[in-house]
Amino acid sequence: MVASAPDPFDLAWQPRLETLLAAGQGAGADLVEIFLERTDHLGVLAEQETITSVSPSFGMGAGIRVFRGDRDGFVSTNDLSDAGLLQALDQALGMLGLMRSSAPGSRFSGLAGLRDFAATKAEWLERCPSLAEATLKLLDGTARLAHHGRHLQARRGSYSRDWQAVLVAASDGTFARDIRLHQSLGLNVLAADGDHRAGLGRRYGTSGRPDDLRAWDADASAQDVCASVGTMLYADYVEAGQMPAVLANRFGGVIFHEACGHLLETTQVERGTTPFADKVGEPIAHEAVTAIDEGLTDGAFGSLSMDDEGMEPQRTVLIENGILKRFLSDRAGERRTGHGRTGSGRRQSHAFAAASRMRNTFIAAGPHTPDQLIASVDKGLYCKSMGGGSVGPTGQFNFAVEEGYLIENGQLSKPVKGATLIGEAKEVMPRISMCANDLELAAGFCGSVSGSVYVTVGQPHIKVDSITVGGR
Amino acid sequence: MAASSNPATSAGLNAEALSSRLQQLAQQAAIQQWDLGASCSTDTSVQVDRGEAKQMKGAQRSAITVRVWNSDGLVGITSTSDLSDEGLVRALAGARDASAFGNADETPAFSPLATAPLASLEQPHHEPQPILTLLETLKQAERQLLDRHAAIGTVPYNGLAQRSSERLYLNSEGACRHQSLTTASLYLYARAEEAGRKPRSSGAVRLAYGTTNLDIEGCIDEAAQRTIAHLDYAPIETGHYTCVFSPEAFLDLIGAFSSLFNARAVLDGVSLSQRDSLGQTLAVPFLSIRDNGLHPGNVGASVFDGEGTPTAPLDLVDGGVLRHFLHSEATARAFGVPPTGHAGMGAKVSVGADWLEIGATPGSGGGQQGLNRLGHDGAVVVIDSLSALHAGVKASQGSFSLPFDGWLVQGGNSRSIEAATVAGDIRTVLQAIVGFEGDAKVTPDGLCPYVWVEGLSITGEA
Repeated sequence: MVASAPDPFDLAWQPRLETLLAAGQGAGADLVEIFLERTDHLGVLAEQETITSVSPSFGMGAGIRVFRGDRDGFVSTNDLSDAGLLQALDQALGMLGLMRSSAPGSRFSGLAGLRDFAATKAEWLERCPSLAEATLKLLDGTARLAHHGRHLQARRGSYSRDWQAVLVAASDGTFARDIRLHQSLGLNVLAADGDHRAGLGRRYGTSGRPDDLRAWDADASAQDVCASVGTMLYADYVEAGQMPAVLANRFGGVIFHEACGHLLETTQVERGTTPFADKVGEPIAHEAVTAIDEGLTDGAFGSLSMDDEGMEPQRTVLIENGILKRFLSDRAGERRTGHGRTGSGRRQSHAFAAASRMRNTFIAAGPHTPDQLIASVDKGLYCKSMGGGSVGPTGQFNFAVEEGYLIENGQLSKPVKGATLIGEAKEVMPRISMCANDLELAAGFCGSVSGSVYVTVGQPHIKVDSITVGGR
Repeated sequence: MAASSNPATSAGLNAEALSSRLQQLAQQAAIQQWDLGASCSTDTSVQVDRGEAKQMKGAQRSAITVRVWNSDGLVGITSTSDLSDEGLVRALAGARDASAFGNADETPAFSPLATAPLASLEQPHHEPQPILTLLETLKQAERQLLDRHAAIGTVPYNGLAQRSSERLYLNSEGACRHQSLTTASLYLYARAEEAGRKPRSSGAVRLAYGTTNLDIEGCIDEAAQRTIAHLDYAPIETGHYTCVFSPEAFLDLIGAFSSLFNARAVLDGVSLSQRDSLGQTLAVPFLSIRDNGLHPGNVGASVFDGEGTPTAPLDLVDGGVLRHFLHSEATARAFGVPPTGHAGMGAKVSVGADWLEIGATPGSGGGQQGLNRLGHDGAVVVIDSLSALHAGVKASQGSFSLPFDGWLVQGGNSRSIEAATVAGDIRTVLQAIVGFEGDAKVTPDGLCPYVWVEGLSITGEA
């Protein structure tokens, strides 16, 4: 059996990594980057009054990336032995037509001192709720759903705990390690009464807070979910058409994330798939819109001490009063597009090369109250809760509305279901004409070129003057 | 340097070593009953951008999932990519710890078919090509696609990949399943734009057992035709239309609602079907849906599922009537039937469809005959591809609202639709099928002809 790799990721790795990096540069690479990872995951599922699944998993791996000019080769492996890492390096070099020589060149001057973001996080995993505690909390949640809900056919509570230790080393001297911890709790229900059916859920998630599950208010979450599903159970389908829409705060921010945020990642500039590539300094949104992406908010799902390329995250103003200010960029994006790195190089795991990705992304608060936004609409749609969404290769987006209400004569009227918002970022961004003063963030996941990463979306209530609503 | 005696190496999985080591470790831990699923793979892939390499990737992956039964008969599970001795010990300990929280109301058991004979599939193994050869192949394919039309400016999403993989299923009663496979894939997704018009995009995918037998020309042709066919577009008026689903789109839709056929979802109360739905009418009387993972068109078919049960064809809907559910060992036991070979592996075992054959029930006439969108009197909407199924499908409620790419066909003329969504209820769709157009087409997800459906709601921007 193979010997286990040195654990934890510490200075004991330095000579091994320096040998690999020197070998890579000696072979002619412009830059070599090594990403090491260990993970420990726990998933628990409660259904009705029973724990039906406990799924622990753990793993390790490395991703080695070699740059030469604009090109790069990337190899991932689960084998952290010296032989395994060397094999991965050779394969990555070979992709660029390079070969390790027996006498490595001397351009590599060694790793800088270890920047240790993990030092204060060593106890995180142990401080997380035990399996027994997590199961009790979930069962409490599903019991409270039963207490508050009516016509509930299925009740689920889920808990996920992701612990990740990473070490990043690169031939430019980068040497940093970190520990990440993400926990999330979700409650989902399916209600049925005759032919009426409705299902929805809520997720609560934080990063870097081992004790947070204990602070979760199961009763408030259950009440929230049950109130919404009870309303949507008897809702009519929305009538399709063009109309103004008011999107609630928190997860309503998914519209900006999908419709515009992705188009401000340098991966999209590289592909030529963003209409905003040459618009820095120009208006791309209504002057009411200021949008920010950052990795700094304490406890937020998308916050990081360092990105997956070893860079500390920044607060990046993407759009200020409607004017495009800058793009989110990673190492490859900087090399290929010239946009400076923003601490946004992210990946799901060692199996993915990092790419420019969003972190905590939100539209900034405006001067209005939510009621003022609703009052400004004669006939339209109020999107209280959004489901998922996606953006296509030409910028067209879509979002499912999980909980919607008609707005009639400036007031909320009956609930409606089955709505989908569709459009194109270039056309919709100038139509966000009002922002309220109630900015809030919500935890989510984002899937893209470098896998699924933890993100936060957010916004205050916003008004879109006109958008296509798909329905029946 | 550490010796590479790992049971998962670049040379593949060593089933004997893994089984023997796990047996030893289980005995040391006083674990009497266990099973294990393992996989390892070696992948290489390339992407290009306007004649240059964009990214080249390689990956060696290995993973195992171990289940153990404790002295109370409860099951626990742990997965890991660490196949070192230390990793296996930790996985067994983790699974044993998790078993304390096993579900006493539904405990998985070994599949009674875990040692039954497996089907023999024609799955030729191909040697991997050097990655620089893949790169040249993809560069040429991109060039050819760009040359097909002046408006095609980029192929922003593309990839050529090859994989060599192995799967294992072992259990403490001596079951030993093993399958090795090579596969290759090519996708080309082009973006075209004409002056003063919006960019349009479409693409195509091909799968094969090796890169040398990929239908590259066919992929280029299809990607070009689909992309060019969307250049001349117009908005569509919101309303109700007869829709013609492409094979890919209809398979996507049925796949998104496969909980209709899923015994796990039925038992969990999240399927539109119920235990007594078998034998009831679900669709028009000429519709058949069969799950057949062994179909020769299913490139990369698995011959056994996560519990070692052999893959086998299963009639789900025949003559419009729901005939069978997809099962794992546990759900099959709950229904008093044999498992069907559709299980994953877990403490709570998932169940999923494999590869669907959709078409006319033999002898049923197949609905309205001679359907031809170009010869049809009224307007029809051709739904070529559906998007955002993860967001727009409410499987437990039956409803969907999905963006699509397609064409409005009227009086023999076809024009691309600028942007639109199609919405409806799957139960209504299955009862509103008019008939089929053309021969069934093999796709990565199944076999299906064009399917005509009446009265679907389309939201456009006209």
